[in-house]
Amino acid sequence: MTGERRIRILIAKPGLDGHDRGAKVVARALRDAGMEVIYTGIRQTPEMIVEAALQEDVNAIGLSILSGAHMDLFPKIMAGLKEKGMDDVVVFAGGIFPADDLSALKEMGIQAVFRPGTTTQEIIDSIKANLS
Amino acid sequence: MKAVDGVRAGDIRALARLITMVENQAPEAGEALRLLHSYTGKAHTIGITGAPGVGKSTLVDQLAREFRHRSKTVGIIAVDPSSPFTKGAILGDRVRMQDLCQDRGVFIRSMASRGAWGGLAETTADVITALDAFGKDIILVETVGAGQDEVEVAKTAQTILVATIPGTGDDIQAMKAGILEIAHIYVVNKADKEGADLVAAELEHYVSPIVEDGWQVPVVKTVAIENRGIAALAESIENHRLYLETTGKMAGTMEEKARHQVLAIAQRELMGKLLKIGANNGQMDS
Repeated sequence: MTGERRIRILIAKPGLDGHDRGAKVVARALRDAGMEVIYTGIRQTPEMIVEAALQEDVNAIGLSILSGAHMDLFPKIMAGLKEKGMDDVVVFAGGIFPADDLSALKEMGIQAVFRPGTTTQEIIDSIKANLS
Repeated sequence: MKAVDGVRAGDIRALARLITMVENQAPEAGEALRLLHSYTGKAHTIGITGAPGVGKSTLVDQLAREFRHRSKTVGIIAVDPSSPFTKGAILGDRVRMQDLCQDRGVFIRSMASRGAWGGLAETTADVITALDAFGKDIILVETVGAGQDEVEVAKTAQTILVATIPGTGDDIQAMKAGILEIAHIYVVNKADKEGADLVAAELEHYVSPIVEDGWQVPVVKTVAIENRGIAALAESIENHRLYLETTGKMAGTMEEKARHQVLAIAQRELMGKLLKIGANNGQMDS
């Protein structure tokens, strides 16, 4: 009963696209996998995401993006996390990403990238593996 | 203790981590709370409760802004329910508090109820202690969507807002005992909807006999999403604080909270031990 840990995850949608169905499906799946999911809603700036992650002390952040602005927004989020000393937070991304960007995303510290066709179970397994 | 020093120094990361420690009931949490306790007693803790969908999160959002205009720093604790089956939770109250995220004078923490009864998490009172010691002037505590019996917040906060909306006349009847009794202020939110005056009148009718030692429970109409009635609500909250202070009741609320908090900790410890003994003897599965 005491000393129990729970996985806390922030699911955020950076940028201007308003299609949050995917983010909500993932949030729900993570909840059903026993995680505590903080959902922030759409149109988040990198600063808002970093601040929410800081206050909520999350173990992981899932970024959902469909607009194509990931190469602009993600580095800002990663830099913000680093600045706050939150390098240990696992960051993963879901949405539309050209194959050409995948190595750059990996390099900037995104632990996993989930493109169309990924099952929610794969996402859950990946998060659990990254946090163990 | 390093965690406590960080909180006292105004380090947000330290505060966030300490809250996690408290929430997980980590072994060091007790000592941290003991140390923090001596720095508490300055914050005004306001509980916001009411049924799902009455606009609690939006009220909290607008009240936070109003208090920021009044140069107060604000801490927010938003509790949402955990699944009884998977223990998972969706904590979605930040969606209604978007702009506050940018304000360094506001700290928002979402909490899952983690199986506790009563509309709060077991450790919500301890998180209030942390925010108070951090130096927040105002602490807004939003309960899970509560019905009739979730009155835990009454033992945890100093000023209790019970929010309702038009079209729930029968619910007010049902609420007469329980949640309605714990209110210091009634809020009729979404007051631009038909029937708001009726709900307000019904509340006033039921409430008027409830004058507790000189505090007449006011009914405040708001349209939180449009920021209407929020200044008046903040004024009522301020009046209640003045009432608590001038009547010497503020000290009483703090003693009562501390008493409740100590009992809750003892209860958790005992329950933990009991389950352990049971598990060791193979008499209980969980």
